[in-house]
Amino acid sequence: MSKFTVAFAGNPNTGKSTLFNLLTGLRQHTGNWAGKTVITAEGEFTHNGHTYKAVDLPGTYSLYSNSADEEAARDYIIFEQPDVTLVVLDATSLERNLNLALQVLEITGRAVICINLIDEARRLGIEIDLKAIAKRLGVPVAAISARSEIGIKQLLDQIERVATGAVTAPPLRITYSEEIEQGIAELTPLVERTVGSRYPARWIALRLLDGDDSLLASLKEHMERKEAASSKEVLGHGVTACH
Amino acid sequence: MTVAGTPLSEAANGSILRITGIDVQGVLRRRLLDLGFVVGNAVEVLRRSPLGDPVAFRVSNTTIALRREESSLIYGERIGGGRDE
Repeated sequence: MSKFTVAFAGNPNTGKSTLFNLLTGLRQHTGNWAGKTVITAEGEFTHNGHTYKAVDLPGTYSLYSNSADEEAARDYIIFEQPDVTLVVLDATSLERNLNLALQVLEITGRAVICINLIDEARRLGIEIDLKAIAKRLGVPVAAISARSEIGIKQLLDQIERVATGAVTAPPLRITYSEEIEQGIAELTPLVERTVGSRYPARWIALRLLDGDDSLLASLKEHMERKEAASSKEVLGHGVTACH
Repeated sequence: MTVAGTPLSEAANGSILRITGIDVQGVLRRRLLDLGFVVGNAVEVLRRSPLGDPVAFRVSNTTIALRREESSLIYGERIGGGRDE
């Protein structure tokens, strides 16, 4: 039985953890991110016979401002590559919240947009065109209220569709100014050659153009760690052969 | 870079401004953009702390307090609210 990983991303105060608690119940534990004093929670839930490992990322407005929280969330999405990244948005302030959604979608298309607090938004007279948002972003969108337990089944269905690969989307491609696009075009082949096809080359090129030293450091550390791990393995075989 | 407009730090309580420019670079600029201080966006000056700094602003439906160091580098033009002086 395959187990899928779902990462929960979202701004602070969007009800991300309310949803996380609702889905995972008591089947969760908290801990620290490796090397960082950022508290995280992991849990488990099942839907239609599939088991999901849920990871509650720190609540952030962005993935780019280089606080420990944001670095942890960013690194998880890029390096751990969850089967689904669930972006939880506050229906009552979508404009602010879509900033993070766009950043996540530029990294991966394996995402579901979850618009929470939909009951609150309706009370305030806010109408949200889910179909238009899904079309523009290219990934499934679900409107829910975690507090009132509205729309949860539909949300889980969408998560399942992305997790099983029933729907697939490439990372969202935003066209930038000519100057930036030229930079991306120059950098992307170099990035692809250096980091391989596992990571979103266009996005990394974009971050390099922005002078994101923190991402560069994470990338380097991650690649060195992987190299060290594989060389250790080879050494292990050698030792066994000597016996 | 010089930007036209009033620095947010100088705007009167209750006034609403449309942001015309942000004269901050690097990570701090990114942070301000993420918080909603984007050119074209509206900002309301909510209130000042007792010593006048920091100042609370309402932007994209959220209250954010900025120190003078930052708010003096964000410029806007008044589009409403507040008392006329």
